[in-house]
Order: sequence, then structure tokens, then C-alpha cells
Amino acid sequence: MVEFALPKNSKISGGKTWPKPTGATETREFRVYRWNPDDGKNPSVDTYYVDTHDCGPMVLDGLIWIKNHIDPTLTFRRSCREGVCGSCAMNIDGQNTLACTKSMHDVGAGGAVKVNPLPHQPVVKDLVPDLTNFYAQYASIEPWLKTTTPTPQKEWRQSHEDREKLDGLYECILCACCSTSCPSYWWNSERFLGPAALLQATRWVTDSRDEATGERLDNLEDPFRLYRCHTIMNCAKACPKGLNPSEAIAELKFKMVERQI
Amino acid sequence: MSGPSSMRTPLERVRGLGSAHTGTSDFWRQRLTAVAMTLLIVPVIVVVIMLIGRNHAGAAQILGSIPIAIILLLFIVASVWHMKIGMQVVIEDYIHNEKLKIASVMANNFFCVAVALASIYAILKLSSGV
Repeated sequence: MVEFALPKNSKISGGKTWPKPTGATETREFRVYRWNPDDGKNPSVDTYYVDTHDCGPMVLDGLIWIKNHIDPTLTFRRSCREGVCGSCAMNIDGQNTLACTKSMHDVGAGGAVKVNPLPHQPVVKDLVPDLTNFYAQYASIEPWLKTTTPTPQKEWRQSHEDREKLDGLYECILCACCSTSCPSYWWNSERFLGPAALLQATRWVTDSRDEATGERLDNLEDPFRLYRCHTIMNCAKACPKGLNPSEAIAELKFKMVERQI
Repeated sequence: MSGPSSMRTPLERVRGLGSAHTGTSDFWRQRLTAVAMTLLIVPVIVVVIMLIGRNHAGAAQILGSIPIAIILLLFIVASVWHMKIGMQVVIEDYIHNEKLKIASVMANNFFCVAVALASIYAILKLSSGV
């Protein structure tokens, strides 16, 4: 059966409250999930106070400030700090999003900023999830141009109209906010490809230059790979890039029906 | 990732047994029966209201009308088919033990066929005035 409760070793217990920074005139409380694979303890939630006058406005700025000024052991992924790389995806105040584009002011109505790793993934350490399965699912949809026709001398040509069909699909940065917000993905992540991989599958099925559309649909036509999507639409709500994986998946289902009827 | 499957590559685990190449027919039938039920629900409610408070002979008289009997039969077929697919989706979502899952899907099929046949038999029996 599906596990509705956390396993014993994943239950959150206790946590340390770090002292407020001295000399700070205004602080913001951060409650951050902590788990260390090396100490054998259960996860905990540590409380930190960030000096908001010494720190940028985003949640990621707060986390970097904590790492630099309070606790260098706090572990999280980050790179571009402008919503392009997708590294700092985490669960902030109950919503999967990018820490670098989420303003502290928009979180928790002035109360604590609650930061957890992306839900329902194995945790490597603190806020770092293990996305091995997620990346393998992306690889499984073969996200590259597949053609049989000999490669032209210059380039594969595409009309403006056909290029526009890729808008809303190509912008995905694979941050995993959508897939890890999807209950269907929580229950069946071994077999359901999840919204991110399916959005990318739609991107390649839609591409006018690709000659493997039927083969791609064959690989997706499966009660679990595709049809575990029940149009819950958490994916569209979570996407920090404003994309709609749910609509893209509906497009795939429509194509499946179209080629049969 | 630990346990005996940890030496398999992530891609091998994702590809698993491959695509079943099915699922679209169930998806389509679920929509088809949903549309059928939305069309049938109003006449069915009217028939049910007509049946309220009537005895066996009164019910047999109403169901003796061919259009009414056919509407009810269509509704039974659409709703049971819809129920069978919907319940199977719930089972596949939540039951991960393969043996228990197969047994549950089997039980779901048996239950739905039994409900459908019992309902159809009752309607035919009443409408034929027996």
C-alpha cells in the first residue's frame, strides 16, 4: 500500500534554536529542515534569525546569509540565483518553488519562513533531494531531435507557426517543483513519469522537425507512464516558470486518442 | 537507493518492463461513459421519481415502456463501466503489492459484472411484466 505516514527514521523531532544575531535591528525567523546522513539521528527543524538589513530580499539570500553568518553546515543547492538553473528548488511555506525567485516578504505573512526539501524524494542532506530517478525519467523520454531523413547541409527548417507551438514547453528548467508536488508522482514515482518529463515529452512530440512522433507516443502509451496523471494540476500551481504541465499532458492524451479514432 | 536493485542503473529502473501500449482505450471509455451519463442522468432521475411510492405492478407498468427500459439499461451499462474503470485506477494508484493488486482488480471486475447483470436482469424482468 501507499505509505501515508513518514517512515520512523524520517519523522521530524526537536531542533536547535540559534541565537539572534547581535546588533540586528530587524530579523526574520527561518525554520529550516535539517538532516545529516552521518549522525544517525532523525531529521529536525532548526530555527534561525536572519538580519534582514544585511541580506538580500529573497529566501535564497536568507539561506546564504545563514550559511555565511550562523551555520556553515547548512546544506542546499544553488547556482544562478535568478531562476534560470533550477538548482534551489525547495518547499517554502508549503509550496514548491525556487528559493532565488521567492521573496521573503511574500512568505508566511511576516511569520517564520518554513523551508523544507522537495517532498517525497530521498534526502541527501538538509535541503538537497536525490533527483536520480527524476533525471533518469527525463532521459527515458529521449529529449533530443530524432530524424531518419539525412541531415540537411544547413539546418532543419521550421516555420514560425510550428516554432510558436513550442512556447510554454521549451522554457522548463527541470527544477522538479512540479513532479514533486504531484500526489500521483508521490505514490507511483517508479512508474509514472511525472509532469516535468511528460511536459518535455510533449515538447518533442510537438516539434515539427522531429520524425519519431509515433515512436515517442508508443513509449508513453502506458497506464502508469502517462495515465497516472489525474489532472490534479498541482504541477501548474507549483511551476515557478508559469508553465502548465497539466495542459501539456492533456495534449499528449488527446494525441493518443486522435491516432486511434 | 539501497537494496538488491541498487546496482541497476536509474535508466534501467525507469524503463522497467517497457511500455504496455495500452491505457488509451480505458481513458477514452471513461470519457465516453461520463458523457453518456450526463445525457442520461435527467431522464433516469425522472423515471426514479415516477417510481417512488409505486408497488410492483406500478413499477412493472412504467418499465414496460420500451424507451424507459432502454434508458435505464443504457444508464446501468454506462455507470457500471465507468465505475469499473474508476475503481481500477484507484486500485492501481494505491495498492503496490503486485499479488494484492491483481486480486483487487479481479474482484473489482467480478463485482461490477455482478452488479451490471443483476441490474439488467431486474429491469428486463420488470419490463417484461413477469
